[in-house]
Amino acid sequence: MTEPAILVLEDGRTFRGRAYGAVGETFGEAVFTTGMTGYQETLTDPSFHRQVVVQTSPHIGNTGVNDDDPESRQVWVCGYVVRDPARVPSNWRSRRSLDAELADQGIVGISGIDTRALTRHLRERGAMRVGVSSTTTDVDALLQRVLASPGMAGADLANEVTTRQPYVVPALGEKRFTIAAVDLGIKSSTPRYLAEQGCEVHVLPATSTDADILAVDPDGVFFSNGPGDPATADGPVAAMRGVLGVKPVFGICFGNQVLGRALGFGTYKLKFGHRGVNQPVQDRATGKIAITSHNHGFAVDAPTDREATTDHGRVVVSHLDLNDGVVEGLRCLDVPAFSVQYHPEAAPGPHDATGLFTSFIELMAAHR
Amino acid sequence: MSPRRSDINSVLVIGSGPIVIGQACEFDYSGTQALRVLREEGLRVSLVNSNPATIMTDPEFAAATYVEPITPEYVEKVIAAERPDAVLATLGGQTALNTAVALHDRGVLDKYGVELIGASIEAIRAGEDREKFKGVCDVIGADYARSSLVRTVDEAVAAAGELGYPLVLRPSFTLGGAGSGFAHDETQLRSMIAAGLAASPVHEVLVEESVLGWKEFELEVMRDKHDNCVVVCSIENLDPMGVHTGDSITVAPAMTLTDREYQVMRDTAFAVIRQVGVETGGSNIQFAVDPATGRQVVIEMNPRVSRSSALASKATGFPIAKIATKLALGYTLDEIPNDITRETPASFEPSLDYVVVKIPRFAFEKFPGADTTLTTHMKSVGEVMALGRNFTEALQKAVRSLEAKGAELDFASPVGEVADWLPKAKRPHDRRLQAVVQAMRAGVSVADLASETGIDPWFLDQLALLGEVAAELAGAPQLDADALRAAKRHGFSDVQIAAIRGDVSEDDVRRLRHALGVRPVFKTVDTCAAEFAARTPYHYSSYDEEDEITTGDRPKVIILGSGPNRIGQGVEFDYSCVHACYALHDAGYDTVMVNCNPETVSTDYDTSDRLYFEPLTCEDVLEVVAAEQRSGRAGGQGDSGGVVGVVVQLGGQTPLGLAQRLKDAGVPIVGTAPEAIHLAEERGAFGRVLAKAGLQAPKHGTARSYDEAVAIAHEIGYPVLVRPSYVLGGRGMEIVYDDETLHDYIDRATEVSPEHPVLVDRFLDDAIEVDVDALFDGEELFLGGVMEHIEEAGIHSGDSACALPPMTLGRADVRRIREATEAIARGVGVRGLLNVQFAVAGDVLYVLEANPRASRTVPFVAKATAVPLAKAAARVMLGATIADLRAEGMLPAGDGATLPLDAAICVKEAVLPWSRFAGVDTVLGPEMKSTGEVMGVDAGFGTAFAKSQEAAYGALPTKGRVFVSVANRDKRHLIFPTKRLADLGFEVLATEGTAEVLRRNGVPSTVVRKLSDGRGPDGEPTIVDKIHAGEVELIVNTPFGNSGPRLDGYEIRTAAVMRGIPCLTTVQALGAAVQGIEALRGGEIGVASLQQHHAVITAARESERLSGENPAVPGADSTIARGGATQVQEGDGN
Repeated sequence: MTEPAILVLEDGRTFRGRAYGAVGETFGEAVFTTGMTGYQETLTDPSFHRQVVVQTSPHIGNTGVNDDDPESRQVWVCGYVVRDPARVPSNWRSRRSLDAELADQGIVGISGIDTRALTRHLRERGAMRVGVSSTTTDVDALLQRVLASPGMAGADLANEVTTRQPYVVPALGEKRFTIAAVDLGIKSSTPRYLAEQGCEVHVLPATSTDADILAVDPDGVFFSNGPGDPATADGPVAAMRGVLGVKPVFGICFGNQVLGRALGFGTYKLKFGHRGVNQPVQDRATGKIAITSHNHGFAVDAPTDREATTDHGRVVVSHLDLNDGVVEGLRCLDVPAFSVQYHPEAAPGPHDATGLFTSFIELMAAHR
Repeated sequence: MSPRRSDINSVLVIGSGPIVIGQACEFDYSGTQALRVLREEGLRVSLVNSNPATIMTDPEFAAATYVEPITPEYVEKVIAAERPDAVLATLGGQTALNTAVALHDRGVLDKYGVELIGASIEAIRAGEDREKFKGVCDVIGADYARSSLVRTVDEAVAAAGELGYPLVLRPSFTLGGAGSGFAHDETQLRSMIAAGLAASPVHEVLVEESVLGWKEFELEVMRDKHDNCVVVCSIENLDPMGVHTGDSITVAPAMTLTDREYQVMRDTAFAVIRQVGVETGGSNIQFAVDPATGRQVVIEMNPRVSRSSALASKATGFPIAKIATKLALGYTLDEIPNDITRETPASFEPSLDYVVVKIPRFAFEKFPGADTTLTTHMKSVGEVMALGRNFTEALQKAVRSLEAKGAELDFASPVGEVADWLPKAKRPHDRRLQAVVQAMRAGVSVADLASETGIDPWFLDQLALLGEVAAELAGAPQLDADALRAAKRHGFSDVQIAAIRGDVSEDDVRRLRHALGVRPVFKTVDTCAAEFAARTPYHYSSYDEEDEITTGDRPKVIILGSGPNRIGQGVEFDYSCVHACYALHDAGYDTVMVNCNPETVSTDYDTSDRLYFEPLTCEDVLEVVAAEQRSGRAGGQGDSGGVVGVVVQLGGQTPLGLAQRLKDAGVPIVGTAPEAIHLAEERGAFGRVLAKAGLQAPKHGTARSYDEAVAIAHEIGYPVLVRPSYVLGGRGMEIVYDDETLHDYIDRATEVSPEHPVLVDRFLDDAIEVDVDALFDGEELFLGGVMEHIEEAGIHSGDSACALPPMTLGRADVRRIREATEAIARGVGVRGLLNVQFAVAGDVLYVLEANPRASRTVPFVAKATAVPLAKAAARVMLGATIADLRAEGMLPAGDGATLPLDAAICVKEAVLPWSRFAGVDTVLGPEMKSTGEVMGVDAGFGTAFAKSQEAAYGALPTKGRVFVSVANRDKRHLIFPTKRLADLGFEVLATEGTAEVLRRNGVPSTVVRKLSDGRGPDGEPTIVDKIHAGEVELIVNTPFGNSGPRLDGYEIRTAAVMRGIPCLTTVQALGAAVQGIEALRGGEIGVASLQQHHAVITAARESERLSGENPAVPGADSTIARGGATQVQEGDGN
């Protein structure tokens, strides 16, 4: 059996379990995700940077770790909480165990705790700071360190996860479009989807200005998902303002929040966020529902009962989450721009919303 | 504003008929949900279903409930009577779907302008027709196991060139898989294909790419009219491809798929449902995945609610049948709220934070000679489901829910030999899981087992983990809290822990556990992995940290369900439990249901006030009771927490078996006391009750040796009924006629010793067997119903047909039966239901058996007499008197034995699973073998009987050839009915001996050759040849002595099953059949609803009440031809 480990929330609630992954100590924001598949994609999603992820699904690691499914170059979660880690991975694509992968990447985890109790606690009290340690059993001392750790509100994290250098993902087949994709924490599935539709994707660092973006002479501009508080994303918001109305724009997740702010809307922190692969989102234009992949702790505050008028013309809330009515998409009526709060690139999650990439292609085609 | 369709005002729902293997009470669950939804929507609902044991056929669930055969002919009559706007057939299993297709093909739907809602005819065909379905897959680009139909060896070799090896060969139209097998190369193919072509009567063999041993998955998918699709549940089979999913251990959610593979599967499932054209509702799509490459192929789809959807509903809390019904009415998923959270919509995909394991329940012990190897042909009779926070916990809970001796995983007995266990682990059979565990204990590695069995290494490693935990437990220096918790976390029961430790008992473990505070908590099934608060108290236990039971302040009654369906314990008991929930809720109690059978209405989260999906073992039930006591009104120390008591009388043997131990543990048992239950079962004590009341039982004795058995038999006189108290090889009771057969029985079927005595009973000849269900409140008796059996000697009451009102009993008989029943009720100390079996022989009334609990016949009696017997029983158990219930209007004045003379005749007929067990003799006996029942209702007995036969087996013939061959003792009783058949124009075929008797009595017959005679010199066919040639329409064949493959009768009966020809194995059934045939020839048979039948009874009761006249008594001088009927003492409950 591995070392004992403890998990202490900032409000003092404590769970005792066993070390999983690396032995050590870690601090972050405790969030839960309800996806039953796709832990490898989840772990490597840069949007989880500085978060300690609680998996509500009890068995994690069953299919091991392969080389195809990571969504970025590394594991980004800063702590991992599971109930029953697999002892033996089983899948024809598996290369190594998840336990070993987490240890290799220095990710501190804890297993064997009542993850449902923890989830219910976070649901009732909201996402909060947490510490996980397999190097101490002193709960009070760990709690003090949790209270001293930074929170998520006000955290500017896109710069910590973005690519340092621009790179190009070539189009698959005949190249039809050039896209500038601002990497605020981009998942590799997104450029892949675009590439499959004949787009050459220039992935640019989060610090890119509108001038940097326009310098690649794109047919369209994409703003990716990413971690942190959108209220801090002044750089990307400025860049967004610079390209709105100039080039077709598509944003996902953090990119949706950046568009929202660029249009003058506020953003706010959800109590415990949306993290999972089963969220019903309704396209308000068609009434159709997509089951979608979510990973967001913040949301855009935009009016859902009417068109809004902004510096960039009229804007509507295009999509709503049917569970709680949260804004899940924005569409500009006078400039070619739209965004969604959820993840059409899935990975993990359903492919119900992949049509949005086609919509972006069509938008670019119409504005070329 | 309602979004539902406004053009549908009335709907006819087609049910699924009797419980058979492959189609069990899951369709009662789905049908009941459908009816409730339709009624809530304000529609006029009618129903046709021949199964009286179901909740859905309760008259309050529909405006018109037709307990009639589910055949196109009868359903057309119902449509003509009801003129519904629409027919809903997707919730009644394959039976309903096939009937709907037949109604369409006959033009009935068009003729009456009825719309089929849920799935269109085209969608049903595209989903069900293999060739059409392949076309669907081709259109959407989905992969499937490719195949080719060949007629020559050369064609087969050519097909192999395209398909590659290994190949599965399936000769067309052979029974029991004759000639099928695997070919791994051309040499094998060449030799096997010749045999296969020869075995096929049409000389065709399907050559198919093999997916045997691949991983198997299922997705439960729903679609609404706006094309919104969701996956409700993913299910992974622990058993790889090759075992029917109904016979497989299955796990939800899928455990060994990455998100990439899962999403591809999901996309394919949606493409299939769209292309097949299921516009609204649920479908089930099965996949096979090559473990080496990940290649996915679609196996099949069901364009309807299925067994798997019932499982998925219980596993997730997402009520598929209910939502499918709403979708059929035109709602969309987002317009339907999720019942569990109330604030989120049904347009989502449930997320589970627990693991669900389903294990099938088999009944091979009832069918000696049946092949226990599991194939693609389903053989299980029921299933259990368990939930745990991890796989090991769920698996071990499921295994102990089976209540099958020796099923619990054994980590305590000495380690066996690889050579013994590995072959057992390789062969898919009912105890394969146990064999895998033992093979592992014997030293076989996970990797080797994976390659030998095809079971995924992840599952095997979980079993290895159990072995490691058990070893740690065994080696722990002392049984402390940590050691207990470690074992409990992986689902070990107190029984297992005691066995592994060796020096403690189950009770010791429990006491220690309680002292150390090692107790389970109860979690909630909430559809959303705790993302939203659940409003529905649907719980399961886990050895985890946080308990979620909320407090309540109403008094609580805990009702123990009946566990997995098996032969002898099926939907009838669930019916009584569900009724108790309804009645006690209405009476002001919070009802708490405990059960582990996912197919049932009782495990629907809105049947009771709280649902615990838990094994029905003493340990698990005690923990539920403790949880309820903790969460009760006061909940303090020494307080019952508002728990008034536990109901054990309604769920059959399962809860009854727990009664005494629960009481000993301080749990209040309501109704008849456990001691009284025991008294009725203990021969000596019960004998004293009978003696005191001046009642007689057939002579009997208990033998401790063969010589004693012979002595008792001689004293009583042959024939005697013998049964073991200890069963070996799954054999139960038998009727023996002489010393030789007695010796043979004891040799073959049991061991006899002072520890394992054999019971020997007098077998009553020429007796009428009578079944009584009654209610007793301590003072007054309410005779629920008196049923007269149709079948002869030695047939288990569950397998025999019976009629209510009793056809040949006179007033005096009924009076004596009433007096005797009351004396027994009083003597035993019954509070609630009592079932008594009597035999009337000559002028003597014998008491065969009394069971102070709900019997299998309670729902039938309730429907035949228009009395909610189970509801009344639940109330009586909690202290109401029969007088109170009459005052309330729940019980009528008079009772079930005082039906008006114009009340309809109700015939109950048993349904037997012969066709599932190739080679098993179809003879009825003292051991119950039926899986379900039907009811035929009509004004006269003949018509009611004919309906019951048609509902159970198919219509009785009205012309053609009847073959008769009976045992000597039946020959006298044969003459009259056979003559009548000849008069009606039947050609009578008989073997020589029987023909002679018939000829002397003026009945002309044609002599046919016995099988044992062989074909004649000029190839004259034997009777078996004639049956196979379709030249016989009706068979009468009564057995003598032991059944078995050496006898002619066996071959005749087996041929009848294969050809689907009605085969009567008793002369009494022949008598009834003749009446039925006469009724059928007499002209058009009508249909009427239960509500119409009940109106007649209620009106008569009302007029009696007003006039104060004496109640009517059923006719005393019926003219039914019948021979002897007699008794059986039942070992496995009624």
